[in-house]
Amino acid sequence: MSDVRESALPAQSPPVERAETAKVDAPAKLSWWRGDGGEGVKRNLGLLATLVVLVVIGILTRPDLYGDPNWVWGNTLTILKLASVVGVVTVGMTFVIIGGGIDLSVGAIVALAGVWCTTVATQSYGAGGMIFTALTVGLAVGVVNGLLVSYGRLVPFIATLAMLVAARGLAAEISDKQTQVSGNTFINGIASTNVLGIPLLVYILVAVVAAGWVLLNRTTFGRRTVAVGGNPEAARLAGINVRRHTVLLYALSGLCCGIAAVMLTAQATSAQAAMANLYELDAIAAAIIGGTLLSGGRGTIIGSLLGVIIFSTITNLFAINNLSAEAQNMVKGGIIVAAVLVQQVQFGSLTQFLARNRATTT
Amino acid sequence: MRTPRHDLSRRRLLFGGAAVSAGVLLAGCTSNEQSPTEAQTKAAGSGANTEPGKKVTIGFSAPAADHGWIAAITNNAKAQAGAYQDVELKSVEAGADAAAQRAALSTLISQKPDVIVLLPHDGKELNAFGLEAMKAGIPVVNLDRAFPDARAYRCQIKGDNYGMGVAAATYIAEQLKTKGVSNPVIGEIPGIESLELTQERSKGFADTLASYGFKVANRRPAEFTVDSGQQAATGLFQALPKIDAVWNHDDDQGIGVLAAVNQANRKEFIMVGGAGSKKAMEDIAADNTVLKATVTYSPSMASSAISLARLIGQGKGMSDLVELQVPKEIVLASETITKENASDYLKLGF
Repeated sequence: MSDVRESALPAQSPPVERAETAKVDAPAKLSWWRGDGGEGVKRNLGLLATLVVLVVIGILTRPDLYGDPNWVWGNTLTILKLASVVGVVTVGMTFVIIGGGIDLSVGAIVALAGVWCTTVATQSYGAGGMIFTALTVGLAVGVVNGLLVSYGRLVPFIATLAMLVAARGLAAEISDKQTQVSGNTFINGIASTNVLGIPLLVYILVAVVAAGWVLLNRTTFGRRTVAVGGNPEAARLAGINVRRHTVLLYALSGLCCGIAAVMLTAQATSAQAAMANLYELDAIAAAIIGGTLLSGGRGTIIGSLLGVIIFSTITNLFAINNLSAEAQNMVKGGIIVAAVLVQQVQFGSLTQFLARNRATTT
Repeated sequence: MRTPRHDLSRRRLLFGGAAVSAGVLLAGCTSNEQSPTEAQTKAAGSGANTEPGKKVTIGFSAPAADHGWIAAITNNAKAQAGAYQDVELKSVEAGADAAAQRAALSTLISQKPDVIVLLPHDGKELNAFGLEAMKAGIPVVNLDRAFPDARAYRCQIKGDNYGMGVAAATYIAEQLKTKGVSNPVIGEIPGIESLELTQERSKGFADTLASYGFKVANRRPAEFTVDSGQQAATGLFQALPKIDAVWNHDDDQGIGVLAAVNQANRKEFIMVGGAGSKKAMEDIAADNTVLKATVTYSPSMASSAISLARLIGQGKGMSDLVELQVPKEIVLASETITKENASDYLKLGF
């Protein structure tokens, strides 16, 4: 999408005002960022560089800990483990955002699915019943979201905001506001089991990310998602059932929340209505710094994954240096802004914006 | 996406209605069969005060429960009121914030209760309501979150946050001294950082540790929820490869902390909890986790507040005290529960 816009623009802008456009186009450095095809890869390289910087800061501030290779390996796995739940949620969120929507209800769905799968009644069906319940609840809530957005024609922001409130309310109702402890050793074992030295949670994350990548990049479903998000009208005229596709996207996000609920319940060995607090913001932030366009039509799964890992690494960095959570939130906010600013420069939105401004003023 | 709009409202209604009713239906089917938290009531006794007296209508308001402790507060108040024949409880849920609680309280006032028991969202924000009710001649029993103005309440009963920190630090320091640890690594997992109660608890903890020459090596705040407890503890374990003791402020988030302990396979330290949940007491009694003690901040104070409100309504004093009226302020001591006394406290667990 963006390629089209960028190639179209220079053709239009020169006649407007030669001197000004020359200045706008001046930063030649930008051009290799804009190289055709490699955009996603290059943006991800930027995220990787950020990760390296964070690790270097860690090494400089705590050389005693980083001197021990065992600790470094264990710490890396811990970072990935802590990233796993939000990571799975973010995969679903990335699809919804690429498809032109937003899902504010993900944290609430995780809590609802977690609470529902740990009720006394559900636990009596064993691990299979609990997992089935969590996935079904997640999927069902996602479908309701999708129906409200596509057939109910509610703005995604409002539909999922309503679902956020309602799902947390239902979770509180079901749990009677109590913490529900999971007595199921299989479920609890999901968070404490290592396979070949790597936690099971990390495998789940990798599996979901891989599935998401294939779905987005190698199937018609993925291509349609990009088309629907980029220009729904064009997608509809091209014969895509936009409404049905939207329902599927929210259902996918709900399903991811169901998976995340099982993982989070396993980690905490319990569930409560207040859990997964503000996960929607973590997931949206990770998708955004991963290069997903909030208006839809563009985004990568790998970028989102790197975004989640960056946040998880920051949390870890602040923990090992005993710094306060307030400072951590400030840094997170700064990184989100910085990432979006960098993207704007990369994709010429800024130059477009400037050129358009000049065009309208003259 | 451009279809005629004429049938939309009906569609929306259909979908909305279907969604809501499906949710309610399903919730009903798989609802929790767990028995409600056993209430901490005390009505039986031999004192003259337990004799049924003048009928008292008590208005009660506490914030909507978002975690186990607040839920226990409301349950206890209801159960204690039910234990008296001469008490009628009018309970209004206080909603999500101070403004909602103020609105709820004005409906409560119109029902003309004899006494009001109030756990405010924020003592400072609802101070004015306390003053107003007192002026209107309705005595107010201020539960836990204190009104700054002494004229805003007839009686105040609350927990001791600073004392909780003191109790936790004393237990940890004494244990480490017996073990002969000279330079211990101590971790702390507080609840929500921005709350005054969290800051008081941490101050009591740090002050008392300092008197032993110890200090907190790392603090990782959680949010009183199980998953945040698990994440905070995981961060703490990464930062401190070897720990001697940990104080976790809240037993509810402690479920997550203990999960993290198992997942990280760390057993080298002792842990002290906070508040005093039933699960924590059972774990302490079983003595098979790192959790060796918890310092109380008991929701039983809600039961006591109802008893006090009844006495105030009947114009009686506390029978074991000499005074003819109920005292103005009662601060509960934060007690330390260990393996030795866990069975005594189990009935107070929530």
